[in-house]
Amino acid sequence: MKYVDVTQVQKRMNGRILKNNSFKVLFLLATIFGLIVLGVLIAQVLTDGLSWINWDFISGKLSTDANRAGIMGAILGTFWVMVVVAPVTLIIGIGSAIYLELYAKKGRVQSFIQTNIANLAGVPSIVYGILGLTIFVRALDFGNIVLAGGLTLSLLVLPIVIVAAQEAIRSVPQHLSEASYGMGATKWQTIKNIILPAALPGILTGAILALSRAIGETAPLTVIGIPALLIPFPGGIFDKFTALPMQIYYWTLDSSLVEEYANLAAATIVVLLLLLFILNSTAIIIRNKFQQRY
Amino acid sequence: MATSSDLNNTNAVQIRDMIEQKKKKKNLFNFLEKAVPVLLFLFAAISILTTIGIIYTLLSETIEFFKVVPMIEFFTGTVLKPMSQNPEFGVLPLLAGTVTSSVIAMLVAGPIGLMAAIYLSEYASDKVRRVLKPLLEVLAGIPTIVYGFFAFTFVTPLIRSIWPEVEATNILSPGIVMGIMIIPMIASLSEDAMTSVPNSMREGALALGATKLESTFKVVIPAALSGIIASFVLGISRAIGETMIVTIASGSSKNFSFDITQSMQTMTAYIVEVSGGEAPAGSTIYYSLYAVAMTLFVFTLLMNLLARYISRKFREEY
Repeated sequence: MKYVDVTQVQKRMNGRILKNNSFKVLFLLATIFGLIVLGVLIAQVLTDGLSWINWDFISGKLSTDANRAGIMGAILGTFWVMVVVAPVTLIIGIGSAIYLELYAKKGRVQSFIQTNIANLAGVPSIVYGILGLTIFVRALDFGNIVLAGGLTLSLLVLPIVIVAAQEAIRSVPQHLSEASYGMGATKWQTIKNIILPAALPGILTGAILALSRAIGETAPLTVIGIPALLIPFPGGIFDKFTALPMQIYYWTLDSSLVEEYANLAAATIVVLLLLLFILNSTAIIIRNKFQQRY
Repeated sequence: MATSSDLNNTNAVQIRDMIEQKKKKKNLFNFLEKAVPVLLFLFAAISILTTIGIIYTLLSETIEFFKVVPMIEFFTGTVLKPMSQNPEFGVLPLLAGTVTSSVIAMLVAGPIGLMAAIYLSEYASDKVRRVLKPLLEVLAGIPTIVYGFFAFTFVTPLIRSIWPEVEATNILSPGIVMGIMIIPMIASLSEDAMTSVPNSMREGALALGATKLESTFKVVIPAALSGIIASFVLGISRAIGETMIVTIASGSSKNFSFDITQSMQTMTAYIVEVSGGEAPAGSTIYYSLYAVAMTLFVFTLLMNLLARYISRKFREEY
């Protein structure tokens, strides 16, 4: 009895192998497609913007005149926003993560908070903008100052920091904390002296990635009502401000009116991407250098 | 003799002091041990407060809006003219814009993301994967405003050089760029789902003479289907909530149509336009902001819950 017709199988084999190989190429192309677009995007931004970057552009004040416009105000605005976002998200993020991982009893409350954080991570950033507009700008009457923008962005990236910190804390091996308890340390002492130092690289990596997300966010800031042309430099967190992505937004929108604005937007994008590149590289270095494998 | 009793005395005093100090310290420790969890709980509660804040602000202002504009009119109206003398607030033009851009984005991101996932999980060697995956993630880390710039100054002119009927602001170009932005997300989530299919199943298929392609489509993908579908749903949710790309590249035309060559406004772009225009607090336009945001919030929340439900409920356990 012949269950398998060898000649039939062999006849079809070449076709099947050809199909397999051609699909393999197709899948590879699909994977590379995104990278090609990335390359085109960066090349386009560089050709449009690179020649516009000089010291006057970096250090100058904003202006409607494309040839005299500079982005120092936007750089400082982004800097002051970071000054708000970094400590707020670190403190609240680490605190929440410690509570959820080490104090909360596994049960309703803990899983409720956890689900809630997962849902918050999926809320569109523009909705956070509306929250910020309603609470910080209007109800607390901050106006559109750095603090209002920074707190809004903090709420936006908080879920990222919490989840990263939770993972970092979870990856600290049990025997370290058991040894600490064995020496007579209390729970808080163990957390403070053993668990947090061991989890710190992971937490910092997550926090930096969250920070870079916050820096690039535009939608919440547009809702808060950042002005298009703000000449004075912000000197602290209580000043009105503009930020790098906002400047990109306005210049791109108006590039149909003044052609050079597209170049200004591209040059600002180069600065923004450079900043993000530095931040992300720092995160990767921290992760590779300080993260211990137990 | 006196000296010795003095010595005893001082010793006793010192020890008593030490005990006192130790007690004090212990009190502090005890206090910390009790206070710290409370403090940390308050931090964790901020995320709950955020949710409550979002729902409360959206809901209360939306209710105000529905007092002026009936709910039926809002959800079935095909005309959106918030700035005119006789303003009309139909949300359907915005929904059309959001649906159209999301469909275009998913037509790009779905197939390409899935194919990339297949390549990374089934075909790529470990070395290749370790290079390609982080590079793809760079794509996900680029701010959306940069994609907006790219759509407006590069993709739109490119499309118009091929298809001249396309307008300077249109929904096609931001839809495509949004899709490119979502590729890494779908690729990485689908890849996770596919890598978690146990090797023994692949090996079973290969041992029966299947090619890699056949084992992928007949064994791995069916087994990972729940995770793949969940990644698609999350991708849709992301597309619905995406703001800057459509705001920049699709303009603000509020026509109720599905014409991809024309400018269409999405819900997110409407929120940017209205809030950026400094709508006076208390006006109907101002409240319409919240009604649209509420609609957007509910849509994305449902999508996210659906994704989690699918990946949990239909997961095949091995």
